[in-house]
Amino acid sequence: MSLALVADADLVARCRRGDQEAWNELVNRFSRYVYAITSRIYRLESHDAEDVFQEVFTRTYERLDELRDDSAVRPWIGTLTRRLCLDKLRGGGREQPMEEDEEFMEDGDAFADLDEALAVRQVMKDLPEHCAEILDRFFARDESYKTIGEALDIPAGTIASRISRCLSKMKSKLEGRKPRFQPSGS
Amino acid sequence: MTRNHSYDEERIADLIAAMPPAPAAWVKAAQQLPAARAEMDEIVARAEADQRFREAAVADLEAALAAEGYDVDRRLLPALRERLGA
Repeated sequence: MSLALVADADLVARCRRGDQEAWNELVNRFSRYVYAITSRIYRLESHDAEDVFQEVFTRTYERLDELRDDSAVRPWIGTLTRRLCLDKLRGGGREQPMEEDEEFMEDGDAFADLDEALAVRQVMKDLPEHCAEILDRFFARDESYKTIGEALDIPAGTIASRISRCLSKMKSKLEGRKPRFQPSGS
Repeated sequence: MTRNHSYDEERIADLIAAMPPAPAAWVKAAQQLPAARAEMDEIVARAEADQRFREAAVADLEAALAAEGYDVDRRLLPALRERLGA
């Protein structure tokens, strides 16, 4: 089975055993999530976002043994990222306990949207005929039909209709799921 | 909080767009962490076993590493200095 399809808990267990491929996949799986928190929710400057991004994965690597529930790695990484972002905004050099802070009030909806976006990406993996790649390139990477067509060796004139078909498939899959998602690999 | 999970194409597109890829260099650096950590462990062990290397590293870490052919990510140098007591 491809590591991309392995559940979070199994991935964490493999990382703990020193499996480099599993670590690559863990970083891959959560890189967009961490990046979105740093750059879209907290809107850190690029160099600060990069510092937080690297620190998140450094601490994740160093502290995997402290994780009580391997399947909870996603919220664990999310909380760690939020703490480090808040610390960066406060200008401190040390991680501080999470607390209500009027200066840096968090947008709960934005975090919920990110969790949902992560779950949507899991569903995308099950789509056929380059769907995930096409949707990601068009909506998340803002690539043109021409660029997508060249990258995937597909006629550019068919990209719009493919996007439409892929979105319809996504809609069917998402609406066939239970209301509460089990995000990322479960 | 209960969230409404009804989807239309626009909502799906927004959710896909909400997670653009992190810069490739950031991802690569994070993926190389285990190897970087292993190299740091090797350097620390070497410093413990080789007094001359340790003195050179404490005096000028970057020069000592370059002289021995190590290519350590600059972001790891503060942690390495701390471990070497430099």
